[in-house]
Amino acid sequence: MTRRVAVTGIGVVAPGGIGATAFWDLLAAGRTATRGITLFDPAGLRSRIAAECDFDPYEHGLDAELCRHADRYIQFAVVAAGEAVRDSGLDTAAVDPWRTAVSLGSAVGGTTRLESDYVRVSEHGRRWDVDHRKAEPKLHLAFSPSTLASVVAEQFDARGPVQTVSTGCTSGLDAVGYAFHTIAEGRADVCIAGASDSPISPITMACFDAIKATSPNNDDPEHASRPFDAHRDGFVMGEGAAVLVLEEYEHARARGAEIHCEISGYATYGNAYHMTGLTSEGLEMARAIDTTLEQARIDPTLIDYVNAHGSGTRQNDRHETAAVKRSLGAHAHDTPMSSIKSMVGHSLGAIGAIEVVACVLALKHQVVPPTANYETPDPECDLDYVPRTARPRTLTNVLSVGSGFGGFQSAVLLTGTGGRTR
Amino acid sequence: MSNRRPRRAAVTGIGVIAPNGLRSDAYWKSVREGLTVLDLIGREGCGHLPLRVAGEVRSFDPAALIEDRFLVQTDRFSHFAMAAAALALDDAGLGGEPAEPFSVGVVTAAGSGGGEFGQRELQKLWGQGSKFVGPYQSIAWFYAASTGQISIRGGLKGPCGVVASDEAGGLDSLAHASRAVQRGTEVMVVGAAEAPLAPYSMVCQLGYPELSTLDDPDRAYRPFTEKACGFVPAEGGALLVVEDEERARERGVPVRATVAGHAATFTGASRWAESREGLARAIRGALDEADCAPEEIDVVFADAMGVMEADHAEALAIADVFGGRGTRVPVTAPKTGIGRAYCAAPVLDTVAAVLAMEHGLIPPTPNVFDICHDLDLVMSQARPAELRTALVLSRGLMGSNAALVVRRGDESAR
Repeated sequence: MTRRVAVTGIGVVAPGGIGATAFWDLLAAGRTATRGITLFDPAGLRSRIAAECDFDPYEHGLDAELCRHADRYIQFAVVAAGEAVRDSGLDTAAVDPWRTAVSLGSAVGGTTRLESDYVRVSEHGRRWDVDHRKAEPKLHLAFSPSTLASVVAEQFDARGPVQTVSTGCTSGLDAVGYAFHTIAEGRADVCIAGASDSPISPITMACFDAIKATSPNNDDPEHASRPFDAHRDGFVMGEGAAVLVLEEYEHARARGAEIHCEISGYATYGNAYHMTGLTSEGLEMARAIDTTLEQARIDPTLIDYVNAHGSGTRQNDRHETAAVKRSLGAHAHDTPMSSIKSMVGHSLGAIGAIEVVACVLALKHQVVPPTANYETPDPECDLDYVPRTARPRTLTNVLSVGSGFGGFQSAVLLTGTGGRTR
Repeated sequence: MSNRRPRRAAVTGIGVIAPNGLRSDAYWKSVREGLTVLDLIGREGCGHLPLRVAGEVRSFDPAALIEDRFLVQTDRFSHFAMAAAALALDDAGLGGEPAEPFSVGVVTAAGSGGGEFGQRELQKLWGQGSKFVGPYQSIAWFYAASTGQISIRGGLKGPCGVVASDEAGGLDSLAHASRAVQRGTEVMVVGAAEAPLAPYSMVCQLGYPELSTLDDPDRAYRPFTEKACGFVPAEGGALLVVEDEERARERGVPVRATVAGHAATFTGASRWAESREGLARAIRGALDEADCAPEEIDVVFADAMGVMEADHAEALAIADVFGGRGTRVPVTAPKTGIGRAYCAAPVLDTVAAVLAMEHGLIPPTPNVFDICHDLDLVMSQARPAELRTALVLSRGLMGSNAALVVRRGDESAR
């Protein structure tokens, strides 16, 4: 069984822009939301910059319990899901809850809260035999990664398959991909899909410091995230969430929903190479792109825009450039490819979903978001990275790709309304 | 491919690292005999915690099974997973690098991550400073570690995924793998392994209202009885090799079982009364997908939460689906002898189901003698029976319900 999968709602909590409108304004203007870390005192770290969300849960109508006790990444997800469901016009009381699924991704889940409680129970890292009496009562909610999908499912009364996906930095793409399969193969009619992470914490910043993956450009944070630029020096940590309402195409049509676009293909492969390293050939990401296009029966020359992983590490940018050239051939040079991580940073598992939402908005506005801070070309990266300024363009088929620690390589294809031939 | 029947996922390899046995034959011997290995937790730094009893993997020497370069960069949960994956691949006759790397993928479920490794690095960060955090923290603690390492160690480039889930996610991972095979991937390595018995991880689990805090190993986990006082956690797990059934037959390896159907629902964290309908719907969904009538189910591997309300809901869900036969279909819960290894618990149950069908023997439910629900629970000793089709049930602490139908290998050839 293969059914068409429509996107009928989007919601986003991103640095510099909460809500799809503010988020798109940021992207279309090419503004950056990277800055010095304010969420904790980063003194002593190599990378002390991040793209943070100015987020107050009370402003977004979350109930008191969620405001007080839920982890920040859960709050992001509930707010983004609320916006997506409102945008879809879906009356959750009118749909069959047993046919409503949830598929949400997160790379590091509740680690921020796990860390803050750890500090207390271990007396600042002094004890291995931690003192449980100092722990918060609901710490298990930070410990269990499935809390994310569970809380969102309860909020929107979804009783179908509910899952949390955690494939490192491709979690967001994969969560959307799993949702796509769930609907296409008939296991649900509606799926709340997306991802959330709030990884701006001492342990997560320190562990990326340890492998020098993050940018040490602390003196100029606004220009620190420089994907594909010759002077890039690592990624800038981000946080946020994005959620989509995916819906079986006829289900959406029958209720008169506005269909933003379709998810028309998804694939993922492992590189079986290195937990953090990437080859310069991009063979596995190219395979993910090829499989995605084959599923959708879309010729590579029909791709109008590639939303890059574009983390701003040298190995990523080379790898990805090679992969896209391998899959799109000569057409790669005619295809704009940009990285919104230049503006909103790299929110680990969340970013894949945020990028899919950026693609939905790019299709809606028929505008390609730029790669901010791109100034000096790198001879190893010779594609059109849409420097600094958004670009109007006729868009029908848009590809979003991602790479993650663990070797995950994923691709999601979005097709604008009217773009399908069948 | 167009003129062949739909692809079906066959189980051709099993690898087990469980508290009651390393490798599947040792695990089966303990399960068949109803051996219980629940004991007071002996791991360093845990003795003072109010969680006293668990199922520990005690005889596992990771250095004997895993190369140093992998050991240093991974937590115990990934050690279990890598060891179990290698055993499963060997069992399937697929040791060594695959000729076509993209044809073999990996899916694991993970519910607790690399807690011991993470606690060590947190201790370095907060006790000594950020410069003392090691380079492997970024790849050892997160939930994707095991899938990534299994893929790298085996040279497996097929679809790779991670369901970070509550217990039911273990069955979801098996469904993921089966569907990948149905979509065209030849082989999937799939399952779960957990290591939730580090001190800080245990502190985190104390919040689960369903956790048993009794300090008597024989009484701490007794589902379906009036003395049910919660569940006992465990570590370890199992990985399986599932592959396209035709391919398995072509290469001449035994098809040990087929994954015939799966479905999952959600009814909310700790809302056990509501899990009755959720579980019943999951069972019906799995039976539908398997094209299987309830009468064909020869044995049910129960979730067996060990909480009165949850056990009651499970017994009622079984009655709802099986009707009058609900009190006669044999039900078992071998996990009472080893505890619940979170996502790995239903994977270990699935392994037990495959082995039970192969041996024509329903394993018993250790430590459970006097049940207060209307079920034919197999107790005391294993029961011989012709088993063609088994149903495995799982519910998670965060609200998921899942059911999986597996058929004996020779049954699927029909």
